[in-house]
Amino acid sequence: MSTKTSAVTRRTVLAGIGAGAAAMAVAPKLAHADKAAADDSLAKLLGGVKPHDGKVKIKLPQIAENGNTVPFTVTVDSPMTEASYVKAIHVVAEGNPTPGVASFYFTPTGKAEVSMRMRLGKTQDVRAVALMSDGTAWQASQEVKVTIGGCGG
Amino acid sequence: MPTPRVKMPATAAKGEVFEVKTTIDHDMESGQRKDKDGKPIPRKIINKFTVTLNGKEVFKADWAAAISANPYCSFFLTATESGTVEFKWQDDDGSVYSTSQAITVS
Repeated sequence: MSTKTSAVTRRTVLAGIGAGAAAMAVAPKLAHADKAAADDSLAKLLGGVKPHDGKVKIKLPQIAENGNTVPFTVTVDSPMTEASYVKAIHVVAEGNPTPGVASFYFTPTGKAEVSMRMRLGKTQDVRAVALMSDGTAWQASQEVKVTIGGCGG
Repeated sequence: MPTPRVKMPATAAKGEVFEVKTTIDHDMESGQRKDKDGKPIPRKIINKFTVTLNGKEVFKADWAAAISANPYCSFFLTATESGTVEFKWQDDDGSVYSTSQAITVS
């Protein structure tokens, strides 16, 4: 009786592990396919510079009812002088059909801030990366929950 | 023909940082949509936006299909010299839409 119970338990556990392993083997590919595409497109834009977390703030709604117009503002903690300024800000949406949203190129003028409106196809992470005049790159990301996707159908 | 609109001050004190708000009416057709017969609608977006002050580039942007229709873009400039700020939007089909605004810096 006790052996039978343990056998069933063992089988159940093994089946569970098997299913879990199968799910894990597939899941990361699906979950990261878009993130990898976003990483690739950013790597090209940054020319191999690895971004650190910090200095960049991305302002986005937490919930976007309409994915067709999602306002965003990117601000970078940096002066805008000849000696030190933000050269570029790149925005990517990790869950859109193509990750690129916009690239903004600055000169030492004004302040390190830009606002626009973008389309988001589904709930996803939006990432902003700033490339500074000293060659370093900084990033921030935020999730936006999208109620109605903005990629048409 | 899309109509560009720009809002920025006509006068500014030297060294003052001011905001520039721009928009242009354009469908920004993403290329992802299909018409009622199920055929894909070809992509037609404004892919480049350039701002110059007296001919010198001060701000530039590359836009992808993820930019919303009637693209709105706001950014900041420092008042350094009087002159003309020119704005140019470049369409996928090669058309360029432009407008300009004078600024007097004192």
